[in-house]
Amino acid sequence: MSNRATNLLVPIVSVVLGLIVGAIIMLVSGYSPIEGYAALWNGIFGDLYTIGETLRQITPYLLAGLAVAFAFRSGLFNIGVEGQLIVGWFAAAYVGVAVELPKIIHLPLAILAAAVAGALWGFVPGLLKAKFRVHEVIVTIMMNYIALHVTNALIRTVSDGGDRTERIFASASLRSEFLENLTEFSRLHLGLLLALIMVAVMWFILEKTTLGFELKAVGFNQHASEYAGMNVNKNIIMAMVISGAFAGLAGAMEALGTFEYVSSKGGFTGIGFDGIAVALLGMNTPLGVVFGATLFGSLKYGALNMPNAAGIPIEIVEIVIAVIIFFVASGYIIRLLLLRAAGKKKEAK
Amino acid sequence: MEYVIEMLNIRKEFGNFVANDNITLQLEKGEIHALLGENGAGKSTLMNVLFGLYQPEGGEIRVRGKKVDISNPNVANDLGIGMVHQHFMLVENFSVTENIILGSEPTKMGVTNKKDAAQKVAKLSEQYGLNVDPYAIIEDISVGMQQRVEILKTLYRGAEILIFDEPTASLTPQEITELIQIMKRLIAEGKSIILITHKLKEIMDVSDRVTVIRKGQGIGTVTTAETNPNELAALMVGRQVTFKTEKGPAHPTEETLTVQDLVVEDYRGIAKVKNLNLTVRKGEIVGIAGIDGNGQSELIEAITGLRKVKSGKVLIHGKDVTGMKPRKVTESGVGHIPQDRHKHGLVLDFPIGHNIALQTYYTAPISKSEIMDYNKITEKAQQIIKDFDVRTQGPHEPARALSGGNQQKAIIGREVDRNPDLLIAALPTRGLDVGAIEFIHSRLIEQRDNGKAVLLISFELDEVMNVSDRIAVIHDGEIVDVVIPEETTEQQLGLLMAGHADKDKKGGKHRVE
Repeated sequence: MSNRATNLLVPIVSVVLGLIVGAIIMLVSGYSPIEGYAALWNGIFGDLYTIGETLRQITPYLLAGLAVAFAFRSGLFNIGVEGQLIVGWFAAAYVGVAVELPKIIHLPLAILAAAVAGALWGFVPGLLKAKFRVHEVIVTIMMNYIALHVTNALIRTVSDGGDRTERIFASASLRSEFLENLTEFSRLHLGLLLALIMVAVMWFILEKTTLGFELKAVGFNQHASEYAGMNVNKNIIMAMVISGAFAGLAGAMEALGTFEYVSSKGGFTGIGFDGIAVALLGMNTPLGVVFGATLFGSLKYGALNMPNAAGIPIEIVEIVIAVIIFFVASGYIIRLLLLRAAGKKKEAK
Repeated sequence: MEYVIEMLNIRKEFGNFVANDNITLQLEKGEIHALLGENGAGKSTLMNVLFGLYQPEGGEIRVRGKKVDISNPNVANDLGIGMVHQHFMLVENFSVTENIILGSEPTKMGVTNKKDAAQKVAKLSEQYGLNVDPYAIIEDISVGMQQRVEILKTLYRGAEILIFDEPTASLTPQEITELIQIMKRLIAEGKSIILITHKLKEIMDVSDRVTVIRKGQGIGTVTTAETNPNELAALMVGRQVTFKTEKGPAHPTEETLTVQDLVVEDYRGIAKVKNLNLTVRKGEIVGIAGIDGNGQSELIEAITGLRKVKSGKVLIHGKDVTGMKPRKVTESGVGHIPQDRHKHGLVLDFPIGHNIALQTYYTAPISKSEIMDYNKITEKAQQIIKDFDVRTQGPHEPARALSGGNQQKAIIGREVDRNPDLLIAALPTRGLDVGAIEFIHSRLIEQRDNGKAVLLISFELDEVMNVSDRIAVIHDGEIVDVVIPEETTEQQLGLLMAGHADKDKKGGKHRVE
């Protein structure tokens, strides 16, 4: 079997296997897998509205995935995407309600605020890692909690004791009449475009700039990078700042597109953590992140239709979705099995 | 004579590539049989066939006269074949005994019985004069001792035939002498040994017979006593090899590198380089001779800006570069072939082309205003690959996939191509075969003849003696003497390296004591 055929076959076989095991789970629990999967399909591609909503759901996953992947490529494990997203969400919403400006200034300003807030939240663990070799995993996990509770407190202050801010001014919104009309008034917004631009930006940084060359070198081998005259500490900080900025932009998607406000949260959004899976599914490449985010966003959004349309309890739905993602992530095992099967065939000849 | 192992007309193919073609190796009982070949000649493949990791396409293997089918390493173990690997397979934070029993832990009522195992290990250690403490933790013991643990591991499992894969690659001269003693002891106790190596000196010292392979072909087997290093080298490489490096007299001019009263401490604050003075002039090669761990690494790292200087000065062309960042030092005209090519010299997961650009990626023509042109990297890499005879499938092959010699040639290409005024070469030929060593030495001399300064650090006495124009002997962080190779002997150097300096001479030679 040629290499290319294997590369193509692996994801297909993975998804099919995941669907089969998911079907078995539904059968055993006494629900019809055909109805279940029909509901999932319709929940993703049913009509223009659901397609729009699916795309909207994919948008923050794209940016969260980029954030994790970018840090990974520089040898850093950014668990703090969740917290960076939360501060980005707050910063964008705050700029959205605090001032009213012409759209051409207001929207970029709000987006920038989210990126800067996320970058700042990434800078702290980056600095601690660079200067004192404190492990970034510990710091970023703690920074997540700080982000959650600090933004909750700030939201109360800003809203005079309420649990959400005002709606942002239209001049700061990412919503687009054109996209809404196109998708039967879904909440699809211009953020998708921004996210796709960021995919290109990450690719450009990594593959075209000297900074990207240094980040990758540091990610693989700090000793050789230092020998070659690279500033390892500067690169660690830069990687965390850029990663945090991507995560902050993911927050802006929620603040300026989907919700148009920020409310205090009882717990994490989960998008930042799912971003880790998105990045790993995508092998930490920009294009891979697009694939991972599409899979994650589609399944997450489509699954919402399964309890309504097929009567399957949400718990079972979550298990089925997790199983499908699990099989996709196990691509390596599938590849091994495929190669072994191919090897046997060759011997038989 | 009785053969314990016979590998007859072995053929091993990988796709279209023939790694072993018609190789015959017959091991007599109680002999040390060397397997000689260049890097990549097929030595490891042949031994992996014997050890059951590969299945041969042709030929047969006989053990003690009986034809066997070694389908996996467990079969090899049962036949009494043990392998002492080049890269040790040890768990760093386990004890010696724990490592030895790993995978076949003896149990007493369901609980691992380490005590009996430790006694058995101690007994074996004594029998073969290995001097290993069964309770020592691996990370606390020296490399030589770790190797003896590997030997013990095979003996513990009842090996009668031991395969040593490049056993001296990471040992100090002292440890090599000890290893040779151990190998002789093993033979005396009735074991048989296959020694894989490309070091001719070891073969002459220790082996009874030698089987030579070249580019996968079995060349033949000769008796050590009836041959000499020149003949062996010619058999291995396929042409005449010159050992005494050809070079004309040096014409040194002004000072390029000046080290004044340099003090460098390690991370614990203990001085490793103590008031060291050294000069290297344009057009000469200065060799630093010394036993590993006498401050050589710290000296180079301090010169190149990788390590903090406690006091003293490093001047290049009279310009003070003390405490400067590595890049500033590099840009002052320094090229550095690092001691550890995997740790410092290469980003192993990068393509070899990227590695060749590792020192120049941020400068024109490879990058302009922070934007890289990867086509330029490929062009540059192709040129260096050609000029320095780096055997690779091309600039896009990962550095990890290249053999050690070719990795080293790529590093040397990268550093020499920048045409530095001072070239620091730290153990540039470690682990390489004679062909590659000859090539690297001639490149160092070429740099010298082009009017550059070369600082060579080596643990191998013949390398220092052959290549250097002056030899600075380092002991315990100090240069104890500077000698001219033609006016000294290996014995004198050895004494100086061990710290037995000629006291009367020492006082006069050193400015600061």
